[in-house]
Amino acid sequence: MKTPAPTPTPPTLPLVLCGSVDDGKSTLLGRILHDCRLVFADEMRKAEEDSRRYGTQGEAADLALLVDGLQDEREQGITIDVAYRSFETPRRRFIVADAPGHEQYTRNMATGASTSDVAVILVDARKGVLPQTARHSRIAAMFGVRHVVLAVNKMDLVGWDEDAFEAIASDYRRLAADLGLTDVPAIPVCALTGDNLTRRSDAPPWYDGPTLLAHLETVDVEPPAAGQAFRMPVQYVNRPDPDFRGYCGRVAVGTVSPGDRVRVMPSGVEAGVESIVVWRGTLERAARGDSVALTLAPDVDVSRGDVIAAAEDPLEVADQFQTRIVWLGDEPLTVGRPYLVKLHACEVGATVTRIRHRVDVSDGRELAASQLELNDLGVVNLSTSRPVPFAPFDQCRELGGFILIDRVTNATVGAGTITFALMRAANLKWQDFDITGVVRADLKGQRARCLWLTGLSASGKSTIANLLERRLVAEGRHTYLLDGDNVRHGLNRDLGFTEPDRVENIRRVAEVARLMVDAGLIVIVSFISPFRAERDFARGLFEPGDFHEIFVDASIEACAERDPKGLYARALRGEIRNFTGVDSPYERPERPDLHLDTEKLSPEECVELVMRELT
Amino acid sequence: MSAGRKCARLYAACQIRTARNHSQPKATPLTSSSDPRLAALESEAIEIIREGVAAAARPVMLYSIGKDSSVLLHLARKAFWPASPPMPLLHIDTTWKFREMIAFRDRMAAEAGVELVVHTNREGVAEGVTPFTHGSERYTEVMKTAALRQALDAGRHDIVFVGARRDEEKSRAKERFFSLRDARHQWDPRAQRPELWNLYNTRLRPGESLRVSPLSSWTEADIWRYIAQERIPVVPLYFAAERPVVECDGQWIMVDDERMPLLPGEVPRLRRVRFRTLGCYPLTAAVESDADTLDAVIAETVATGRSEREGRLIDHDGESSMERKKREGYF
Repeated sequence: MKTPAPTPTPPTLPLVLCGSVDDGKSTLLGRILHDCRLVFADEMRKAEEDSRRYGTQGEAADLALLVDGLQDEREQGITIDVAYRSFETPRRRFIVADAPGHEQYTRNMATGASTSDVAVILVDARKGVLPQTARHSRIAAMFGVRHVVLAVNKMDLVGWDEDAFEAIASDYRRLAADLGLTDVPAIPVCALTGDNLTRRSDAPPWYDGPTLLAHLETVDVEPPAAGQAFRMPVQYVNRPDPDFRGYCGRVAVGTVSPGDRVRVMPSGVEAGVESIVVWRGTLERAARGDSVALTLAPDVDVSRGDVIAAAEDPLEVADQFQTRIVWLGDEPLTVGRPYLVKLHACEVGATVTRIRHRVDVSDGRELAASQLELNDLGVVNLSTSRPVPFAPFDQCRELGGFILIDRVTNATVGAGTITFALMRAANLKWQDFDITGVVRADLKGQRARCLWLTGLSASGKSTIANLLERRLVAEGRHTYLLDGDNVRHGLNRDLGFTEPDRVENIRRVAEVARLMVDAGLIVIVSFISPFRAERDFARGLFEPGDFHEIFVDASIEACAERDPKGLYARALRGEIRNFTGVDSPYERPERPDLHLDTEKLSPEECVELVMRELT
Repeated sequence: MSAGRKCARLYAACQIRTARNHSQPKATPLTSSSDPRLAALESEAIEIIREGVAAAARPVMLYSIGKDSSVLLHLARKAFWPASPPMPLLHIDTTWKFREMIAFRDRMAAEAGVELVVHTNREGVAEGVTPFTHGSERYTEVMKTAALRQALDAGRHDIVFVGARRDEEKSRAKERFFSLRDARHQWDPRAQRPELWNLYNTRLRPGESLRVSPLSSWTEADIWRYIAQERIPVVPLYFAAERPVVECDGQWIMVDDERMPLLPGEVPRLRRVRFRTLGCYPLTAAVESDADTLDAVIAETVATGRSEREGRLIDHDGESSMERKKREGYF
């Protein structure tokens, strides 16, 4: 070597502090920072000022206030959201995620755990292992955290009693074993005084293990196994001019060099790596974690959401998965409801087709469930709207972890990990036949479409649908009318009026309408269809322009007054539950293709407007 | 000006020097791109920048001319090489920036081949809002926060890249890489989206936007080490030199132009100072320092016992001042 080797920089260890509320996580982090002299003088002064106002430690500074960065947190003395704190000792650099303990803020704890390699689980020596301790441990394990250390805190309050410590440690090890974690060291600590955090405590003569910090400085986080096949999700296609097309992404696993053969998934098209482009140059090799741009020869078609993978070991592609999930939404997870899934750079529609079970967080029992509520853990089957390239989560975090997004609120409502594909998409190929929907419609001399009438009960849907179909038939068109009440007598006879059943009701009708449009018919759907997400789902089944959302609009007062079937009167008396507009919501269309105000227009005028829409 | 605070300030300055004299520089001089930790931070930042641009209809990068902005711009150039970054730079000019900063800004934008949008709150100027007449809090609200909202509305920007780091301040330590703002640009710290792995939920409703911070995981020392490794140009104010300063509330303020009101009989003194952070000159305190090279700055950064934002006077506008400003739309 010509130049002296630089001092090796310690690799960064991402870790998460978990445990129930008031177990002392923020205090522990504040104390470690303080005792390692990593707190700036002005930060400390601020924390001391805050302590006089909000502190829980009498005259002494409340070190949790060093990390509880939100005003609400300082005022309430709790952690609400995860705080990230980088610090460095001579042996290692850490990024610590200080997670909130409250069950209410589990989604924020999940955020911190998802990127961590090590979890420190805090337990209050007086309280032992609580349900929230178990919930955090299960989430950490589900997210692939393989190294867990148990810190039994507040040992001073139990007189540093060895039996109390051992009881908690063995209790926790039973839970850990259930999660597949075999080697869990336990350390008795006192975060308030710093005993056994950064310096050995004299208090428990019976403990001769390392301090918490010494353990974290030396815990061996094995690098990912070498020799795995190359995979890189494509984030962005860089096309500054017609001659250059760079597929940008971060290598998820394996290595790549110019000349390597790769396959683009899901299309399966093969090409060679021409170059690995970086700032003002190229590389001979890129490895896991590197952000690069690849150029391919020949220049095949690649889009964001595709994965470039080693040709000799291409990635699986599927659209049905068994997954583990933690539910983070305020509204429960509903089977059949359309969500969006984001898996690597791929964003597609998805539904949960079945909840296999919910997990009892305390003891891991599998419980039957029809919904998953906020903070529930469960195992569910997930179906995506098109086949996507993936890897099981335990093989590759980057290609097997996903989030679920609510289509209406845009909230992130779930986080999950793919266990395996239920059915390889290749086994269930869409059959291409020679006679297409367009051919069938041409034969009838018309353009096939779906006219979707949505609106409150008694808004006038059935009346308009009936007149409209008569008019179309009179003009020689081939039609079919799907009416809510009629379909419920047959196809959907098994469904009730709960939210999950309403979702399934619409899903089936939308699928039937699609088949009929493919058969060349003009299909009129007359359904209340109260939820925006389901109508959007229906629209997504059709080619653009083939689906017309027609909002049959009348106020709830007008509908209740018309009340041809006497339903409003019964609903208002409480005799019918889940009645749209009374005790179940109707989400008005934001941008319908056609808006018919039946309080101002006659049914004939409405039909006229629909006919105009069709030309 | 209180005598007590003045003494504290001088004492603090002495402490920095003492700390430096007592400890060997811990920073490793970096001459090659061999630091794996910086490589990991760089790859993470580039991934986030690409993800933001892929999701954006009208992206923009806030450019404050400081060291973090310089690093951010450099990373954006790397992310889209050989193309130029596909977004404009936005500078909120309060009219109170250091003169050296403005010249530097125009040069950097031209070199990167990106459009530079400069916005000033003209109503604020017309009302005569200055840090001296209206106080730092009101001034920041009008000339920075309101100005930023005006510019973002005018550009209808949905993805806004900023150079914020979690180690700057404890409310920033709470923020996500992709941080949601409502149509009034306000941050609700109690309703942040969960952010799992590297899966960023970039879906927005009309009017909403995301502030994206690719440098979240970086520390001040990382920024300087990276600047040294990549030879990124920065404003010379970061390096120690003799500069005319006056003492305000125990902090050294540089007299950058004739608008700085002096107390009766007060004469600016020449001091060897540098800046750890750059904002508006009346609101940004200098530290006494001999660090006039990158290596010396890195060594001082590692050895210091004081936080970077101590020199930002607006951070001390009362309890939770940064969080409150962020809620209102400040970055």
